[in-house]
Amino acid sequence: MNKRVRTILAVVSGVALLGACGGDDGGDAMSELGDGEGQVNLVAWAGYVEDGSTDPAVDWVSDFEAATGCEVNVKIGNSSDEMVELMRSGEYDAVSASGDATLRLIAAGDVAPVNLDLIPNYADVFEGLKDKPWNTVDGTPYGVPHGRGANLLVYNTEAGAAPSSIVDMFSPESPYAGKISVYDAPIYIADAAIYLMATQPELGITNPYALDQTQFDAAIAALEAQKPIVGQYWALYTDQQAALEAGSVTLGTTWQVIVNLAKGNGAKIDATLHSEGATGWSDTWMISSKAKHPNCAYMWLDHIISPQANAGVAEWFGEAPSNAKSCALTANPDHCTLFHAEDEDYFSNVYYWTTPTKECLDGRTDVECVPFSEWVNAWNKLRA
Amino acid sequence: MIGLLGAPLAWLLVVYVGSLALLVVSAFFSLDELSGRVTTDPTLDNVAEAFGESAYWSLVARSVGVAAAVTVACLALALPSAYYVSRLARPWAKRGLIVAMLLPLWAGYLVKAFGLRAIFEPGSEVGGGGLLRALVGWSPGFGYAAVIATLAYLWYPYMLLSVYAGFERLPESLLDASADLGAGSLRTFRSVVMPMLVPSIAAGSIFTFSLSLGDYITVKIVGGTAQLIGNIIERALLAPNQPLAAAFTIWPIGIMIAYLSVMGRLGAFENL
Repeated sequence: MNKRVRTILAVVSGVALLGACGGDDGGDAMSELGDGEGQVNLVAWAGYVEDGSTDPAVDWVSDFEAATGCEVNVKIGNSSDEMVELMRSGEYDAVSASGDATLRLIAAGDVAPVNLDLIPNYADVFEGLKDKPWNTVDGTPYGVPHGRGANLLVYNTEAGAAPSSIVDMFSPESPYAGKISVYDAPIYIADAAIYLMATQPELGITNPYALDQTQFDAAIAALEAQKPIVGQYWALYTDQQAALEAGSVTLGTTWQVIVNLAKGNGAKIDATLHSEGATGWSDTWMISSKAKHPNCAYMWLDHIISPQANAGVAEWFGEAPSNAKSCALTANPDHCTLFHAEDEDYFSNVYYWTTPTKECLDGRTDVECVPFSEWVNAWNKLRA
Repeated sequence: MIGLLGAPLAWLLVVYVGSLALLVVSAFFSLDELSGRVTTDPTLDNVAEAFGESAYWSLVARSVGVAAAVTVACLALALPSAYYVSRLARPWAKRGLIVAMLLPLWAGYLVKAFGLRAIFEPGSEVGGGGLLRALVGWSPGFGYAAVIATLAYLWYPYMLLSVYAGFERLPESLLDASADLGAGSLRTFRSVVMPMLVPSIAAGSIFTFSLSLGDYITVKIVGGTAQLIGNIIERALLAPNQPLAAAFTIWPIGIMIAYLSVMGRLGAFENL
């Protein structure tokens, strides 16, 4: 625990230092909420902003639009990297950012501090999600927690027994060889690190985002060895959905929302959490420092963490809600239990996406860790 | 004359050459470690990354190979069909045939690429699969073969038009002279027709080669795990690492300059 605190301090002070030097913080938080501007432009993960067009029963946008007069426009971000890129364009008001995007956005001044007094529903957010290093810097909050979850293992139910281990994703002897579907983003290197934590404990990996050069090289080697058994690298969630429906892949890393969509189209699949601990996310809604519709953006932040909307999105996407009152409102009354909404022990086994830095996130000071820019280069090279 | 050309020329200089120059310059910019933002601090890292790694050399070689294969496939399809339309078809059929062969140009790129995706869909023992699998029980699946086939289908009309124009310009009298001198049709083709067609083929190949070399969307749709230089550029751009993406683009820019100069020698530009 001590290590974790030190990590947090290191990251926080790093960001604070940059802010102090560059004077490039996102400006001041809004002090008072005005009238809505008539629309709001969002960057979000697939399944986070649903207006009933995917499934008429899945809709937490229409009531928001009716109540506030803010028309919601959404741009799906397929990876954290793409979301950062989209937010830099200055065209969007708010974003549902994962931990591997939030600090980059804060450090670059792309997002503004938020005034939590203007977001009444924040009071009901689980304490375990408040004031975390990926949403709060130096005591200044930069967003509101959306929810959290783990990346799952999807498998074809007709292709054999349910897999339970991440080894099936990497081993050349995997019964799914050739039909494996891998998330095509640099952050997936962390999944290889989790595989190594299970199979090569002598490497001493304790945090899949804090890899020194030796550990990092081992992870890349594992990914190189995985290549021949990969049937698909998916960057667009619809690509994996299509492959699952066509049966051309039978095992893969996935999000619950993809499983829901593919099942809805008749795919014979199911999803499970592998036993070794998994990568996951704890997402934060943030407001652009260049927002053209800041009032509507604040209203959206308050809406998406309201008990009803947060229950809807948590259930549709397949994650734990951030609002404690949401647990009483989910269609499946056991949803919060199933997704461990209040189970901090469970989430201690989930490694939230976060941006790797030179300073090791696991608190080691005797080595330098491989920073994210090199994760990106290594992933490019691997895919080339 | 100069007055008429002035505006387009200025446009070309500023928008085309200017943006290309900016692109190349930005390859020497660097990224801020913490925020990931582009700064103008000069660095050679990106260029070293793009040109110093063997993985990227083989990627570029593969991309050039795919573009060359597409060009050859387009040529193999265009030569006989253009010959038939130009020389053998009855005049009333000519126009209809040309329109039929150019018809695919009137459908959207994505529509066509997804159409071929539906053909190549490999399926699995669990079921599924596309048209090929349904018809002949076998499909190459998604990969380089599907990419080459799809790109050849997409760019074939460009090669066809160019080669057809070449055949149309071929004077009938030369063919008659060749026949009078005792050459068979194969000999005439090799010694008279082909040499005169070279500029047309070179002109057509500029389209097929450059469009294939820059393509990354077809690869995403029918390529499976395949990757070409365009995909790596897009990947770097979305990373987001704009300077690295710019460094990668120096590869296709250089290749195209070399290709254009060779094709220029073959007379491609006298023939456009």
